[in-house]
Amino acid sequence: MKGSTAIRVENLSKTFDTAAVLHDLSLDVRAGELLALLGPSGSGKTTLLRIIAGLDFPDRGRIVFGAEDATRLPVQQRAVGFVFQHYALFKHMSVADNIAYGLNARKRADRPSKVEIKRRVGDLLDLIKLSGFADRYPSQLSGGQRQRIALARALAVEPRVLLLDEPFGALDAQVRKDLRRWLREIHDRTGQTTIFVTHDQDEALELSDRVAVLSRGRLEQIGTPDEVQEAPVSATVLKFLGDTIEVEAIAQGGQVRVDGRLTPVAAPPGLVGPVKLYARPWQLQFAESHEAHLHGTVRSSYRSQGRQRIEVDRPEGKTVVVEASDTARLPAGRPVGLRILAGHVFAG
Amino acid sequence: MSEIATDLPRQQPASVVTEGGLVRGLLIAVAIVFLALFLVLPLATVFVQAFAKGWDAYLAAFHEADAHAAIRLTLITAAIAVPFNLVFGVVASWAIAKFEFRGKNLLITLIDLPFSVSPVVSGLIYVLVFGSQGLIGPWLIEHDIQIIFAVPGIVLATIFVTFPFVARQLIPLMQEQGTAEEEAALTLGASGWHAFRTVTLPNIRWGLLYSVLLCNARAMGEFGAVSVVSGHIRGLTNTLPLHVEILYNEYNFVASFAVASLLAGLALVTLGLKSLLEWRYAGDIAASGRRH
Ligand SMILES: Nc1ncnc2c1ncn2[C@@H]1O[C@H](COP(=O)(O)OP(=O)(O)OP(=O)(O)O)[C@@H](O)[C@H]1O
Ligand SMILES: [Mg+2]
Repeated sequence: MKGSTAIRVENLSKTFDTAAVLHDLSLDVRAGELLALLGPSGSGKTTLLRIIAGLDFPDRGRIVFGAEDATRLPVQQRAVGFVFQHYALFKHMSVADNIAYGLNARKRADRPSKVEIKRRVGDLLDLIKLSGFADRYPSQLSGGQRQRIALARALAVEPRVLLLDEPFGALDAQVRKDLRRWLREIHDRTGQTTIFVTHDQDEALELSDRVAVLSRGRLEQIGTPDEVQEAPVSATVLKFLGDTIEVEAIAQGGQVRVDGRLTPVAAPPGLVGPVKLYARPWQLQFAESHEAHLHGTVRSSYRSQGRQRIEVDRPEGKTVVVEASDTARLPAGRPVGLRILAGHVFAG
Repeated sequence: MSEIATDLPRQQPASVVTEGGLVRGLLIAVAIVFLALFLVLPLATVFVQAFAKGWDAYLAAFHEADAHAAIRLTLITAAIAVPFNLVFGVVASWAIAKFEFRGKNLLITLIDLPFSVSPVVSGLIYVLVFGSQGLIGPWLIEHDIQIIFAVPGIVLATIFVTFPFVARQLIPLMQEQGTAEEEAALTLGASGWHAFRTVTLPNIRWGLLYSVLLCNARAMGEFGAVSVVSGHIRGLTNTLPLHVEILYNEYNFVASFAVASLLAGLALVTLGLKSLLEWRYAGDIAASGRRH
């Protein structure tokens, strides 16, 4: 079962009023994987998730669960667990009643006994490490605790897929980090197929088995975190995955030159002429003038998480950020040369 | 007031405070005198007049067939109009708050209409439609259906006049609450009806109770619209307010004020309960900044 296709999204299109939000989007979700949907604000992530859940319906295209066409299946019959950005806990119910909601909502014939429900709620509270909280009300919990309850509530109905829409979006940085790790643990323990929306690239790369990068309603790339980082298929993906430096370059015969000087970056076959070279801050190095690709003067430098970041003003007016681990603080105004160690090129 | 003044931050200019204090005191005094003159005094008069000839005379006003009939009709009218408007109000606010559709603004305006139309006009509308000279009057006569000058007309007019109470209260409340909780319930397998019962309704219960209270007070106290469609047939189409008027016009002051005291009592009880709800459940009654 693991590794087979759990959900297939086929040629999905969706238009709100006049604005096209999803364009012919196709995507496979494998059973048991944790897939991150990553994309800038407004790229259609929530819309896609809601269509998979059955909270919205597409104009064209299909949603297939396993072998079953679920495109027109009502939300109640899809057996998805949905976790909302703002928790959407039932305010007037205790934590235990919130978690038991899905079980209590079943028809009498399918409903577990009271004792069984109580046991399941207890197990889930253990799983989310909130055992003593059964009788509290949502207003008496912190944001992180509320989101854990929301997750337990979704897991209680044993969904075939768990859909999380920016589950940690409303929480502060430290809580986010803890919950990320915790979610990964829960996923490893339960093996639950999970799709997880975020616009935080670190979150996506750290947490997921695969990342799907969305941009303006299209799927740009899908792959493991390593694949999308090492071999981004477009400048959009590359730029979205982290800070980049953009440099004009010339490609010829598989080689790329900046300012007439050869770089170690390889051009894909067929890419010839003026191109854009993209490098990460740590893919640049200070160098002597005669072997530098770029020149500029130091604008400022600061330390961030143990690494030195130096802003360099280039003569054309652009500022690039360089990251170095062992340089001493450079005085502002000092002329420097930069050498490109690695990067990617795409047509300009 | 001196306590409040000392609590004010220092940088507040003293002159502004004293001047404000003077003006404020004056305004409060005016308001209190005004309230005493126009509200408390008349209300007290109702009870004084009602008991002018003692308990026995007071009670006698209710030991009378016409009074019984008026009380019964008022209760029946409220018992039909209030549940009807409750259901309609919940349905309308649900539709308006949770769905997008064409003509939504028109619907909101229409719901408000009874508040902006004079009750007499509301009554006249029904006469013009259902009366013997009215739009479908002849057809009704042919089929022996009596609406105007009968109980159905009174109920219809009351429903019309009390139409906006529930919907107006609930629309902003439901809009503020959004659809996320309902959507969560649906993804957990709940049917629409189950989600409504277990999620939506508990979330609006205090606002609903509040609006039903006001709706009921108005339904029992409505005079204008009901007066037009009732025909004032003693023992048949008189509600309590109409009964009060008739007794008064017959110079039967004690009985008139005794019956009026019943309505005044209803108003006081409603006011009390309303204040209690406002004090206890302010956040659940009106759309407000309270969020989780
Ligand atoms: N109900 C709606 N009616 C009209 N337009 C909508 C609706 N829902 C979403 N949109 C539009 O669709 C586009 C995509 O929205 P969506 O919520 O899917 O983006 P997103 O990727 O989740 O963004 P974010 O990261 O900000 O949550 C946006 O431009 C949005 O304005
Ligand atoms: Mg979103």
